[in-house]
Amino acid sequence: MANKIKVATTSLAGCFGCHMSFLDIDERLVALAEVAEFDRSPITDIEHCGPCDIGLIEGGVCNSENVHVLREFRKNCKILVAVGACAINGGLPAMRNPIALEDCLLEAYRDGIGVENAQIPSDPELPLLLNKVHPIHEVVKVDYFLPGCPPSADVFWTFLTALLEGREPTLPYELVHYD
Amino acid sequence: MTGTINIDGQNIPFEEGQTIIEAATAAGIYIPHLCHKPGYTPHGSCKLCTVKVNGRNCSACTFPAADGQTVINNSDELQQDRRRITQMLFVEGNHMCPSCEKSGNCQLQGVAYHLNMLDNHFPHFFAHREVDASHPDILIDHNRCIFCNLCVRASKEKDGKNVFAIAGRGINKRLIVNSPSGQLKDSDIAPGDCAAHVCPTGAILIKRTGYQVPIGQRIYDHHQISEVALAEETGHGE
Repeated sequence: MANKIKVATTSLAGCFGCHMSFLDIDERLVALAEVAEFDRSPITDIEHCGPCDIGLIEGGVCNSENVHVLREFRKNCKILVAVGACAINGGLPAMRNPIALEDCLLEAYRDGIGVENAQIPSDPELPLLLNKVHPIHEVVKVDYFLPGCPPSADVFWTFLTALLEGREPTLPYELVHYD
Repeated sequence: MTGTINIDGQNIPFEEGQTIIEAATAAGIYIPHLCHKPGYTPHGSCKLCTVKVNGRNCSACTFPAADGQTVINNSDELQQDRRRITQMLFVEGNHMCPSCEKSGNCQLQGVAYHLNMLDNHFPHFFAHREVDASHPDILIDHNRCIFCNLCVRASKEKDGKNVFAIAGRGINKRLIVNSPSGQLKDSDIAPGDCAAHVCPTGAILIKRTGYQVPIGQRIYDHHQISEVALAEETGHGE
């Protein structure tokens, strides 16, 4: 079918829990697939985002690659959506923020209990960590926010169906939660 | 003096000495608040209860009701102000709801839900704040403190003690404990004290009671703080 709505999704510093919750719309995926198709997403394995209508971002920004991916999405997506607690406020990964990055690395890879062959990962393939984990709205403009850890399947469905039908998305009280 | 004030077009009576929020609550009108609690000396610090009284912004929890006042409580402008204030509270502390024992029963969260706050808008401070787990039964997580002063007032006014105070000003403001070491274990707080239970967020918690109520049955899972607060506070005997 021509002129399907294009949706891209990614997980930055997230756990893919939001993606799992998205898939929890279950058989409604079939209805969604009739009007939308996925561009870059863990579901398609497409590596780079082309021009899209909707970009769903899970996770905060914790390393240099996250910044590049987030900017690619912002450049290509007409509507960019922060999905879940980590994208909105940094979430669990941001709990390292009050601790110096060096101390985090030393604790995890050198001084922590049970560490063997202690060494801080330095493979040039690995993206460099940022000093702090940032919510995505601190890096790019964000059009909509879907809170929750994760947002429930009904949040995704309510939001996407409103957008697809050309209505302004709103979340009723029962669908707004931060945990 | 008694008389009538008008809130959002509705005439409501008040009694001598009542503040606007007290008159509103008695009439079944919810004005969002965090630092206000019936029976406690008004503090007027959180500013969530800001209403327009005869065209001027006032804190409803400290402003006395007076005959003929025209009060605007529920306008888009005030709700937006309240949302921004709540967002500032969220970014100033470290409010990580998914890992907080108070989640679902937290008034800060309840107010944010009520205001349909979907994001935090401002850059986060990610301030470094300590946890005081020294006491065997009571935990202080300073990450979640919003400086509402309720524990300070509870300890002084209800418990007849003087366990808490707010020290410093502005960004250096912090909750301190009145004990030789500064730790809660060396203070004279007891688990039954009002000060140990009054916290509207998860900053002061009774240990080993977290997560006892399943998701779906917590206070604000299905009921807005507007109805919960009115049910608790209406007819509160002063």
